Amino acid sequence: MMRFLLLFSRQGRLRLQKWFTPMMDREKKKIIRDMTTMVLSRQPRTCNFMQWKDLKIIYKRYASLYFCLAIESQENELLALEVIHRYVELLDKYFGNVCELDIIFNFEKAYFILDEFLMGGEIQETSKQIVNRSIDASDMLQEDDSSEWYEVQLFG
Amino acid sequence: MPAVSKGDGMRGLAVFISDIRNCKSKEAEIKRINKELANIRSKFKGDKALDGYSKKKYVCKLLFIFLLGHDIDFGHMEAVNLLSSNKYTEKQIGYLFISVLVNSNSELIRLINNAIKNDLSSRNPTFMCLALHCIANVGSREMAEAFASEIPRILVAGDTMDSVKQSAALCLLRLYKTSPDLVLMGEWTSRVVHLLNDQHMGVVTAAISLITCLSQKNPDEFKTCVSLAVSRLSRIVSSASTDLQDYTYYFVPAPWLSCKLLRLLQCYPPPEDGAVKGRLVECLETILNKAQEPPKSKKVQHSNAKNAILFEAISLIIHYDSEPNLLVRACNQLGQFLQHRETNLRYLALESMCTLASSEFSHEAVKTHIETVINALKTERDVSVRQRAADLLYAMCDRSNAKQIVAEMLSYLETADYSIREEMVLKVAILAEKYAVDYSWYVDTILNLIRIAGDYVSEEVWYRVIQIVINRDDVQGYAAKTVFEALQAPACHENMVKVGGYILGEFGNLIAGDPRSSPLVQFNLLHSKFHLCSVPTRALLLSAYIKFINLFPETKTTIQEVLRCDSQIRNSDVELQQRAVEYLKLSSIASTDVLATVLEEMPPFPERESSILAKLKKKKGPGAVSVTELEDNKREGGELNGGADRGPDSASTPSPSGDLLGIRAAAPIGAAPASAGSLLVDVFSEAGIAVSSAAVNDEGFLSSAPPSEDPAPPLSVADDLLNKFVCKNNGVLFENQLLQIGIKSEYRQNLGRMYLFYGNKTSVQFASFTTTVSCPGELVYSIMFLKFLNCCVQLNVQTKPVEPLVEGGAQIQQVLNIECLTDFIDAPLLNIKFRYGGGLQNLTLKLPVTINKFFQPTEMASQDFFQRWKQLSQPQQEAQKIFKANHSMDTEVLKAKVRLPSPICKPRHILHSPCIPVGCIVCVCVCPQMYRLTLRCSKDLVSQRLCDLLAEQF
Repeated sequence: MMRFLLLFSRQGRLRLQKWFTPMMDREKKKIIRDMTTMVLSRQPRTCNFMQWKDLKIIYKRYASLYFCLAIESQENELLALEVIHRYVELLDKYFGNVCELDIIFNFEKAYFILDEFLMGGEIQETSKQIVNRSIDASDMLQEDDSSEWYEVQLFG
Repeated sequence: MPAVSKGDGMRGLAVFISDIRNCKSKEAEIKRINKELANIRSKFKGDKALDGYSKKKYVCKLLFIFLLGHDIDFGHMEAVNLLSSNKYTEKQIGYLFISVLVNSNSELIRLINNAIKNDLSSRNPTFMCLALHCIANVGSREMAEAFASEIPRILVAGDTMDSVKQSAALCLLRLYKTSPDLVLMGEWTSRVVHLLNDQHMGVVTAAISLITCLSQKNPDEFKTCVSLAVSRLSRIVSSASTDLQDYTYYFVPAPWLSCKLLRLLQCYPPPEDGAVKGRLVECLETILNKAQEPPKSKKVQHSNAKNAILFEAISLIIHYDSEPNLLVRACNQLGQFLQHRETNLRYLALESMCTLASSEFSHEAVKTHIETVINALKTERDVSVRQRAADLLYAMCDRSNAKQIVAEMLSYLETADYSIREEMVLKVAILAEKYAVDYSWYVDTILNLIRIAGDYVSEEVWYRVIQIVINRDDVQGYAAKTVFEALQAPACHENMVKVGGYILGEFGNLIAGDPRSSPLVQFNLLHSKFHLCSVPTRALLLSAYIKFINLFPETKTTIQEVLRCDSQIRNSDVELQQRAVEYLKLSSIASTDVLATVLEEMPPFPERESSILAKLKKKKGPGAVSVTELEDNKREGGELNGGADRGPDSASTPSPSGDLLGIRAAAPIGAAPASAGSLLVDVFSEAGIAVSSAAVNDEGFLSSAPPSEDPAPPLSVADDLLNKFVCKNNGVLFENQLLQIGIKSEYRQNLGRMYLFYGNKTSVQFASFTTTVSCPGELVYSIMFLKFLNCCVQLNVQTKPVEPLVEGGAQIQQVLNIECLTDFIDAPLLNIKFRYGGGLQNLTLKLPVTINKFFQPTEMASQDFFQRWKQLSQPQQEAQKIFKANHSMDTEVLKAKVRLPSPICKPRHILHSPCIPVGCIVCVCVCPQMYRLTLRCSKDLVSQRLCDLLAEQF
């Protein structure tokens, strides 16, 4: 399973943190510090994988943002890289040419999209269409917030 | 302010975020945040009831502040209130806040659970998914208690929507991981397994994570998933890239699902059903074939997804380790990747080859890539790739290429990154020791190691080289000469001084004949380093000096002068001062004889596990090296130890260890006397009798004892087991599908030391692994009590607790120190408990500690023997058995066992507890197809027991 996903900028500013297992705040802060220093100090064109304690760290940079995903040792590194990519695609589809600012100002949306895609550290849905459709459906629910909940065809 | 907000933007939130971003300093940011916190607090406390929108907005602001890294100590209640809102967005923000911020605060959890319960029963799929997500995110025990029984029902209900099924499967998985005892699958098992057949690919993808985890824990209950997984995989692999619509990822059909299926299959052995197996092999071949096809897209996503499946398939092939053809193809494929332009692929290929190297089918194929790997070690820009290359070299090392690999690793060490030097040093030291054919090479290697990376050479490494030099007299002269030369270097590492001091102190005499290394030259060389060294090294050198006085009387005055000078005898360090004073006194008052006795050459070190290996294991965590070690030990068994030092007749008993140290310690005590008139058969010595086979038949062991906390009753076959070990000290004590217990033991007089090796044969961790040794008399000893119990026990067994976790494929060791206090009949019991999967495994074995182990043979002339024999003439002192031979009485075998054809007698005499000396005499007569075994002993119980034990051995 995946253990955590961190998004941070080139300056090491954390933009999003998702922990898939319960952890103490102190522990989280230490990991965030370790990850940002480790990933940011990597040379360009090195490989995207690192060993850290008993976990594999998979990271990739998209524009100004680093995506850093920790997986357990028996998991597949290449697929983890594609988990990151698929998440970027989902964000891109939703925001339209996503940039760091979108994630800063709409952090809650970034979380919701992630929740549709991953859950409990595992892949929930790999289909881009289905995830997008359910995000759009919940946006429609928001616009219609005045009413009681009513039937929305999520997967038409 | 950028207009980036989408959906229903919360304007206040956007303004706040932008304010924070505009803050010029940390102080300004904190000030702005504190202002906002005060505002929110007053709003929450205010008299006016907040509307849902405001509440949502403020909760969201709090969340943002928390994510910036500030502590939040209020607002939880408001967030919980949002959960019961009818409005989706409010509910969603409420759940998000709780997922991110709430840990198991019991007061709140109860309220949250209530809201979740309502949403789960709402039959509104969106709300249900939110609730399930929240459970998975918080995943506390209270939540598991509240919902563990509800969620499986949602998962398998016919009318549940697909999206809810997906969430339910993963939520259940989360709960199972936190509280496996609360998630009872039982009746749901088969319906969950059949989710593998679900039409909706998303459902299968989610469900398979759950099934994989459950299968790891309860492989038998989920066995049916194997054939389902194979057919699903086969459908995906053979589908065209467009068949699966949106589940095709950059022209690769369902890569996530394929990998998960291949991963699930790795929980099981190869399918037994021929058709299923054929289909699977076909899939694996197709995947390997596809790797050779030209890519359908230039995008890296395409090749990543494709190769992800390939690597997973290779993992499965390695896991099965039974298809030589596939293994070699896998190895060739990885070989191609070793030279791929993508760094990621080179990294993964090196990693994957490491596991391939331990398979007997592919070990040789892996070795053909040695040049590429060495090249990677030298030229890769990325340290993590170089690290993998070093790991692979370590894994592929064997006798044939050890010299090359060790040399490459040594030369790499000169430029290696600091972060990996220590591990590299350990690895070089281990390889050098394990594959040392000639010990001069070993000594050279370790000294080079100290020269190149002295700072990273831990104590274990240099202790080890000394242990080995002391135990091998054929290398001592060479070692002395080499350290002497190494010490000539103007700047040499302190570790070199330590090794040099110790070795010259012991064996300096071996090179003293050469005037270039005369005693005084040696001493001056050592002493020239003295002042640059730390206190512990100086202390060691002082001991070397006093040893010099003994070895070379001509150096006495020089050394005494050194000891006498103020910087020694008045040294501010107590230890150094004491040594100087005592050594000075000792050298001036003791006679040469006394000096020679006190300062005698160090005795050989007892056999024990290589301390370096232990260190590497500790460093890498359990399981990291042991699999290969285990393999290697099997492969290399005894080669090192079967050296020249062994008795001529012990060649037939290779020691199961690859440890260098067994050599002298294990030299047979009772090597059969060669004198012509001897009528003796050596029943007791290890080499005397070839016991049928070391391997224990595993039939009958497969049924594990019922899961109970009490120690299981000893296995019924345990007595047979015991018999196998009467004349053997090493072998496999026990083996079933899960666990293998190996044993190695040595006995001297009334003391014994037993090494138990517990090997986890599965790929799953054993948890709560405990072992207890109980002696006859039902007492369980810990080291603490022992002293007080001595008076009433027969046998003392001391041990330390083992590590509670045994990783899959790992082996752990336990040492028992055994002291025989008086004669005994019942063997001590070893109880082992551990958790494998969900169940408690509990088994009890008899440890093969029998009274004869504490006997020592004595040779005596035949008239002495008969005189003693006659002294023990009371009827109860004698025990006799006449029995048919169990093993064939082949003359050749008998000749080995027995020196002369007719009455053969072996006098023996027992050594014993401090309090009760027992003597015992054995006489064996051989007639055609029959033996007559007679024992006389001053204690009648002993003769009876011994007679029973020995009779089984013929």
